[in-house]
Amino acid sequence: MHWNSFAEFLAMGNHGLYVWGSVVVMAVLMLAEPMLLMRGRKTLVARLKRQLRAEQAETLANRSASRQSRRNTPQE
Amino acid sequence: MTDRVINWFKYASPQTFYPLAGKLIPWFWALAALFGIAGLVIGFLIAPTDAQQGEGYRIIFLHVPASWMSMFLYLVMAFWAGIGLAFNIRLSGMMASALAPTGALFAFLSLWTGALWGKPMWGTWWVWDARLTSELILLFLYIGFIALQAAIDDPRRADKAGAILALVGVVNIPIIYFSVKWWNTLHQGASVSLTKAPSMAAMMLWGMLLCALGCWMYSIAVGLMRVRAIMLERERHTDWVRELLAGKE
Amino acid sequence: MLILLRAVIGRDLRLAMRRQADIVAAAFFFIIVVSLFPLGVGPEPDQLRRMAPGVLWVAALLATMLSLPRLFADDHRDGTLEQLALAPQPLALIVLGKVIAHWLVAGLPLVVLAPVLGIQFDLSQDALAVLTVSLLIGTPALSGIGAIGAALTLGVRGGGVLLSLLVLPLYIPVLIFGAGAVDATVSGLGPQAHLSLLGALALGGVFFAPWPTAAALRVALE
Repeated sequence: MHWNSFAEFLAMGNHGLYVWGSVVVMAVLMLAEPMLLMRGRKTLVARLKRQLRAEQAETLANRSASRQSRRNTPQE
Repeated sequence: MTDRVINWFKYASPQTFYPLAGKLIPWFWALAALFGIAGLVIGFLIAPTDAQQGEGYRIIFLHVPASWMSMFLYLVMAFWAGIGLAFNIRLSGMMASALAPTGALFAFLSLWTGALWGKPMWGTWWVWDARLTSELILLFLYIGFIALQAAIDDPRRADKAGAILALVGVVNIPIIYFSVKWWNTLHQGASVSLTKAPSMAAMMLWGMLLCALGCWMYSIAVGLMRVRAIMLERERHTDWVRELLAGKE
Repeated sequence: MLILLRAVIGRDLRLAMRRQADIVAAAFFFIIVVSLFPLGVGPEPDQLRRMAPGVLWVAALLATMLSLPRLFADDHRDGTLEQLALAPQPLALIVLGKVIAHWLVAGLPLVVLAPVLGIQFDLSQDALAVLTVSLLIGTPALSGIGAIGAALTLGVRGGGVLLSLLVLPLYIPVLIFGAGAVDATVSGLGPQAHLSLLGALALGGVFFAPWPTAAALRVALE
C-alpha cells in the first residue's frame, strides 16, 4: 500500500481537487450511460407492447366489425 | 468451411444476435468491473508517486484509457459502417450507430480529465496542443455523425449516410492530426513525461493497461445494450420482436 | 469525358447566372463578416495585421458554407439529379463538374475580393499576394469537401445547420495551411511549404471527394 493515511489519499499531494474531479465525473457519466440505456429500454419495451396491443385490438375490432356487417347485409 | 460462413451470417441477423447479445452483456459487465477495479486499485493504491508530477499524475489512469477508447471506437465504428456499406448487412449499421454515443462520451471524458490534469501540471486548463485539439475535433466528428443519423428518418438511409461520413472522417483524421501538429506553436511535448515510455514504472503501465481493458469491456457491454434497443425499435414490425414482446407479459 | 465535364460546368454556370443575387449575397456576407472583426477587436493596426489571415480564411469558410446547400438541392427538387444518376456516365465525374462550377461561382469571387479586404487589415504587398494565392489554391478544396456534406444532407431536416456541423471540422486542415501560408510570409519564413501542402489538399479534395459524394447522392436518391 502506497498511502499512510486516508486523509493523505484524499489530498493526493495537494492535487485532490483535480484527481477526484476527474474520477467523480468519469464515474458519474460511466454509470449514467448504462442506467439511461436501461431506462430507455424499459420505456421502449412498454411503448412497443402498447403499440402491439393496440394493433391486435384493432384487428380484432375489424374482424368483428366485418362479421357484423356481413350479418347485416341481406343474403342474396 | 461453408458451415462457418453460414454460421457467421446467422449471427449477423438481428433475430439470432439479439438473444446472444443479451447473454453476453452480463459477462462483459463483470469483466469491465474486474479490470476496472484492478486497474484503479493498482493505479490509486499501489503505484508509486511520479517523480516529476507528484500525485496529480494519477489522472493518467482515467485520461489515457478514455483517449484511447475515443480513438479506437471511431475506428471500430468506421469499420462496422464500412462493412455495412460494402456487404449491406443490417447489423453492422446498427453497431456503428450504437458505438457513436459511447465514443463521444469517451472523447468528452478525455477532454475533461485532460483539462483537470493540465491545470496543475501546465498551469492552464487548455492549451492548443496538437493532441488536445485533435481530440476536440474528434468529438466534433462524433457529434456530426450522431446528428446526421438523428436527422434522417429512414434507418437504412441513415446507416448508409452515416457510414459514408464515418469513412470520410477516418481518412481525414490523420490529415487533421498532422495539420494540427504542424500548426501548433505552443506544443508541450517535452513537459509530458508520458511520451518517454521507459521512465514509467511497471506498476503504472499495468494500472493503465488494466483500466484501458476495463474501458474496452465497458464499451462492448454498453454497445451491446444500445444495439439491442436499436434492434427492437427498428425491427418492431417483424415477427420475432412481436413474439418477444408477447412473451414478456 | 471532357465534353461531359464542360457540359455540366456550362449548365451549372448558366443556372447560377440566372440567380446572380445569390452570388452577390454570398460575396457581401464575406465582406461584412470580415469588416465586423475590426469593429469587435479594435482598430490597432498591429493586432489587425496579425489577425487578418485567420479572419479572412474563416470568413471564406463560412461564405462557402452559405452556398453549399444549393449545390444539389435544385437539381434534386426538379428531378434532374435522378436523371444524372441514371445516366451511363459516371456520377462522380458529373459531381466533379458541379464542384468546379461551384468553385467558379462561390470560390473565385472570394479570391478576387480578398486582397481588397486585406488592405483594410493593413497587410503588406507580399502578404496580400500570398493571401490571394492561398485562397486561389485552397477554395477548390472547400468546394470539393463541402460537396460531400451537401450530398449527405440532401433533403434532410435542418440540412443547413447540419451541413456546417459535418463540413467545418473537415475544413480545418485547409484553414490551417491557408492562414498559415500568410502567417509564414508575415513572419518571414516563406509560404512555399504551406502552399504546397494546401495544393495537395486541394488536389485530394477535388479529385477524391467526388467519389464519396456520388455514393452519398445515390443513398439520398434511393
